[in-house]
Amino acid sequence: MTDVARGRTLIPKLRSLSRFTFVDVVLWALRISVLMVVVGGSVGTLIKGRYGAVQWLEFLTFGVTMGSLYALVALGYTMVYGVLRLINFAHGDIMMTGAFSGYFVASALAGRGFLDRDPVLAMLAIMAVAVTTSTTIAVLTERLAYRPFRHVRGLAPLICAIGVSFFLEQTFRGAFGAGVRAYPDPKWQKGAISVLGYAVPILQIMVVAAALVSMAILYLIVQRTKMGTAMRAVSEDADAAALMGIDVDRVIVFTFALGGAMAGIAGVCYAFIFKQVYFYMGFTPGIKAFGAAVLGGIGSVPGAMLGGLFLGIVESVGPALFLDGIGIPAPYQLRDLIAFILLIMVLIFRPYGILGERMAKKRA
Amino acid sequence: MAPAPETILATERLTMRFGGLLAVNQLDLNVRQGAIHSIIGPNGAGKTTVFNCIMQNLQISAGKIWFRGERIDGLTPDLVAAAGVSRTYQNIRLFRNVTAMENLLVGMHLHLRSHWWGALVNSPHTRRSERKAHDEALKLLRFVGLKGRGDLLARNLAYGEQRRLEMGRALATQPKLLLLDEPTAGMNPRETSEMMAFIRQARDAFDVTILLIEHQMRVVMGMSDVVTVLDHGVKIAEGPPDEIQSDARVIEAYLGSPNAARAAFRRATAGRRSPRLPNHGG
Amino acid sequence: MSAAAVDLAERVSPGNRSLFRRALRVGLILGVVAIYGATIGILPLMDARWVIVDMVSLGDAALIAIGLSAGVLIAARTRSLEFWPLVPPSLVAGGVAGGLLALLALAMQAFPLRQIFIALSPGLLKSLTFGLGASRGGAVLIVAGASLAVLGAALTRAPEGLRKPAAAGLAFVIVFGVFQELIQIMMQSGGAINALRQSIYTWEGLTLAGALIIFFLASGAAFVWTGWLRGPARERFMRLSPAQKRTAKSARVVVFILVLVLLPVVAGSYIGQVMMLVGLYILMGMGLNLEVGLAGLLDLGFVAFFAVGAYATAILTADSPHALASYTAIPSLSYWAAMPIAVLASIVVGILFGIPVLGVRGDYLAVATMGLGEIVRVVVQSDMAAPVLGGAQGILQIPKPRMGGFELADPVHLFYLTLAASAVAAYFAWRLENSRLGRAWMAIRDDEDVAQGLGVNLVKVKLLAYGLGAAFAGLAGSIFAVMLTSVYPSSFQLLVSINVLALIIVGGMGSLPGVMVGALALVGLPELLREFGEFRFLFYGAALIIMMRVRPEGLWPSATRRRELRDEAGEAALGELEGTATRPAPRAPDLQDTEP
Repeated sequence: MTDVARGRTLIPKLRSLSRFTFVDVVLWALRISVLMVVVGGSVGTLIKGRYGAVQWLEFLTFGVTMGSLYALVALGYTMVYGVLRLINFAHGDIMMTGAFSGYFVASALAGRGFLDRDPVLAMLAIMAVAVTTSTTIAVLTERLAYRPFRHVRGLAPLICAIGVSFFLEQTFRGAFGAGVRAYPDPKWQKGAISVLGYAVPILQIMVVAAALVSMAILYLIVQRTKMGTAMRAVSEDADAAALMGIDVDRVIVFTFALGGAMAGIAGVCYAFIFKQVYFYMGFTPGIKAFGAAVLGGIGSVPGAMLGGLFLGIVESVGPALFLDGIGIPAPYQLRDLIAFILLIMVLIFRPYGILGERMAKKRA
Repeated sequence: MAPAPETILATERLTMRFGGLLAVNQLDLNVRQGAIHSIIGPNGAGKTTVFNCIMQNLQISAGKIWFRGERIDGLTPDLVAAAGVSRTYQNIRLFRNVTAMENLLVGMHLHLRSHWWGALVNSPHTRRSERKAHDEALKLLRFVGLKGRGDLLARNLAYGEQRRLEMGRALATQPKLLLLDEPTAGMNPRETSEMMAFIRQARDAFDVTILLIEHQMRVVMGMSDVVTVLDHGVKIAEGPPDEIQSDARVIEAYLGSPNAARAAFRRATAGRRSPRLPNHGG
Repeated sequence: MSAAAVDLAERVSPGNRSLFRRALRVGLILGVVAIYGATIGILPLMDARWVIVDMVSLGDAALIAIGLSAGVLIAARTRSLEFWPLVPPSLVAGGVAGGLLALLALAMQAFPLRQIFIALSPGLLKSLTFGLGASRGGAVLIVAGASLAVLGAALTRAPEGLRKPAAAGLAFVIVFGVFQELIQIMMQSGGAINALRQSIYTWEGLTLAGALIIFFLASGAAFVWTGWLRGPARERFMRLSPAQKRTAKSARVVVFILVLVLLPVVAGSYIGQVMMLVGLYILMGMGLNLEVGLAGLLDLGFVAFFAVGAYATAILTADSPHALASYTAIPSLSYWAAMPIAVLASIVVGILFGIPVLGVRGDYLAVATMGLGEIVRVVVQSDMAAPVLGGAQGILQIPKPRMGGFELADPVHLFYLTLAASAVAAYFAWRLENSRLGRAWMAIRDDEDVAQGLGVNLVKVKLLAYGLGAAFAGLAGSIFAVMLTSVYPSSFQLLVSINVLALIIVGGMGSLPGVMVGALALVGLPELLREFGEFRFLFYGAALIIMMRVRPEGLWPSATRRRELRDEAGEAALGELEGTATRPAPRAPDLQDTEP
């Protein structure tokens, strides 16, 4: 059969293929199976009744705490993506640098009893050192590793980011050892405050408060200051911003610094919650925070906050709510799974996120 | 409502919405087989969007599209290409870092009969198919005027050559309908004439219908059998070139209302400070 | 004005002042690098390896190299070919670098830095200061730095007939010194070579006499080559016809491959093991090459396919309660039966992976596939899957493959198995590249929408990429399982995916020889320098960044890739010229051509 004749017979066959492709089937199967796990699991768990109201509340508050941390880190991702269109793979490790440097101050202060005597001042000192370190390192990575790739398209900037991530991890491993360092555990963090009749750990309240304050400050900076406006301009259209006289280089440095600061704060909080630091600790939270940023709508500051919160809660409540209900043993091992699946679902089905704008639908 | 048999492409109330923006508004288009059919209109009129809709790069918001009697809206772009529609792009989108020959060979993807498992073992069938592909590509190369220069990288070709190569690549898919998006953009009068001749040659040699987006009136009026005028996504006129030239609505779309134009001219030449800007109707 | 003032004025005149500033900057950078190396613990590790036994350790060599490079860097940026003007700035650069190290030594002596930076031990202090204590040792460092810098500058200005042999001699001394174990094993064959070995080595390493011998031999050979033999050889090459030239070039590749193949036989079983690992990574690299290099699909979940191949082999052949044979009617299979099934399983998983992410592009695809890979890792490690997959303990007791009655127990045997598999895979990869499918992949990598408009079925082409790439990884996984005779979830971390990606980038994406070079560089080399094994990732990280900057197309790139990256770099240069400070919009899921 000649090619031309074959072309003519193609058309009748096309209609049957067009409406519902194989890919659509699989994607729908994916949606449905996730939905089944979520709904079926929830129903199963609630029927089993293994968890009381107190426990659900514990999950919830922990989720809110972790969510606010994810939000802080996600802000760094989202802001850098906004101005540079780059996923800064190394951002989770920047959080680690903050946590690590905070560790030295914290253990020194704890050793002298300062941490117990004057908690506010001590915490401020720890935060200050952590934020300084993480900000400095963030700015350095931009200057040394990312700036040369500013104009390059394709894989190079991404590969570079992966390289930076490795570099940071290994530097800290070499300098400070591969072991896990225990964060100090001051007495005042162990208590709980009664909120509406339920006991909420002070540490969680502290972390959420710190996160909220940081996010509020960030929001004010982005919305009210000149630099913040410049950041938003560069996010929108960097060329136009440059033509308006904005020094794009300085804006980018500022963005990295701001993101780094947020990550530093998140790192210290994370370390106090999990009571340990080690050189690899930034990796998984980093991926999850990126997922949160995408979930909320990458490039959108309120989106990152929302996404982080959502992820934290789902991740905390999820294992108990969904997985236990369908009979999976030790569901907490699969907690990371929830975050990853959420990330993948977002990337597949709604890459512009919750607060992102829906563009006209492209064909798959 | 299937279109008439000699209509190769027909759209019925084609509508394309981007969020709140109505880019194409209930467009009815009928392209006759073998014709050179132009679409013109001021910037923002929705012309390239129409192309994207036809090629199914966009999922249309409403309406129907027929190609050779079959509905093609709802298909994927590769199926539309397989059905016999091919296009070039406003800003040339060749595969820049491979040779001209390779560009053409990609165009022949649809019509090569070799499979990947045949390629794995280098079966005789595969070898024959590749040889045939090579010969075809050489012929196309000669047609677009790049004989002997097939090994040049696409990005090293001159502008006009790139445009012709892109057309050659589109022709390699053996289309029945060729969509050309501003093929003479950026060309001087001589190059434009050459391109016009080339398009006519292609139409005759390959027996394709041509749907053309153009800004240069010389090309439109000189080559087209039918002209469709769009403004803000709406068809405001359609017909043979000489009718379109004197159509009042067309003139108004390009220049603003005739009365307002005259008034503005008077004011400017009388030296008075113009109190208001002329009202562009529509 | 007094002569001194004139002198001073001249010294701070614009030309000199910028040179001075440059020297300062070079010195500072190198000093920071040295401090970094010390603080991270690389320097102490290097100190443990000898180049010349009991005299020059690798750490010393590194510091010497830093000193020399101070001078080299200064000289490289200076246009004049004179030597003497280089002396002052070299002194400054080297002195500053040495000075920074001296500061570190002083700090180490004054403060208990070890509590924070675990690598800054007293032993390090001792070796840095040559046992002289911080103040005197510091002075020595400064002087040494300055003199080495001058020496380095002198070397760059030395006549070529002197420079190349000296460099060759030094290089050979370092190689013979650092890799002394390996080379000694290789030289154990017989007669004259063994005698040579005994004259230059003790069981600990290269002696001073040995170093001198190697130096003179190598530099002599280089001298003869550059002075007498190279010119005529080059002329003769130029006179060959193009066809003959091509044969000569492919002969070079053949020789390279032959060396690779015969290396384990010559060099012993340890090398065989290393080469096996290299071979596995080459296999995986070729698979990922199909996905990333040809089709442009950035897949960071590649390790999942590797895992599927390994686990499939395990459950089909193992002598363990987790094997399928233990709890189903399916019999335990021989390796040769299990291997194709494992590959098939990988293909299926590859396709399943690919389907959901067909519409995801660019960076997002990288993250999505990374997530998928991590999901596989978590599942494999979990208690939920433990009954089938062994959980964190993995599956043990995988038997080695048998051919007839012969068991492929030795790593060398498995190496040849890997080599055979790689050869077959390479052939397939090469055939695919120049086929209709390969062109379709190139098209979707370059411009997916245009490719679709030309009739390329994106679904089919992308799934073929994922599936075929996964096949290679599955094959590698299956060999991996019998190599270790067990599978553990910890072997299948994200790092493996990144390893493979790194090696095809450093080697040259889209090119098969590049994959080999990359595997040798990023897998073989660190394995040989086992003590540095943990710093492998630091090396990766730095190598990735440097390669992307300096030679983004890789060490042995394919022609297309080089053009593409030069094209992108050209756009970058243009962008900088025009003052646009942005990154061009990515070809991400946005619409294009929405202009009317």
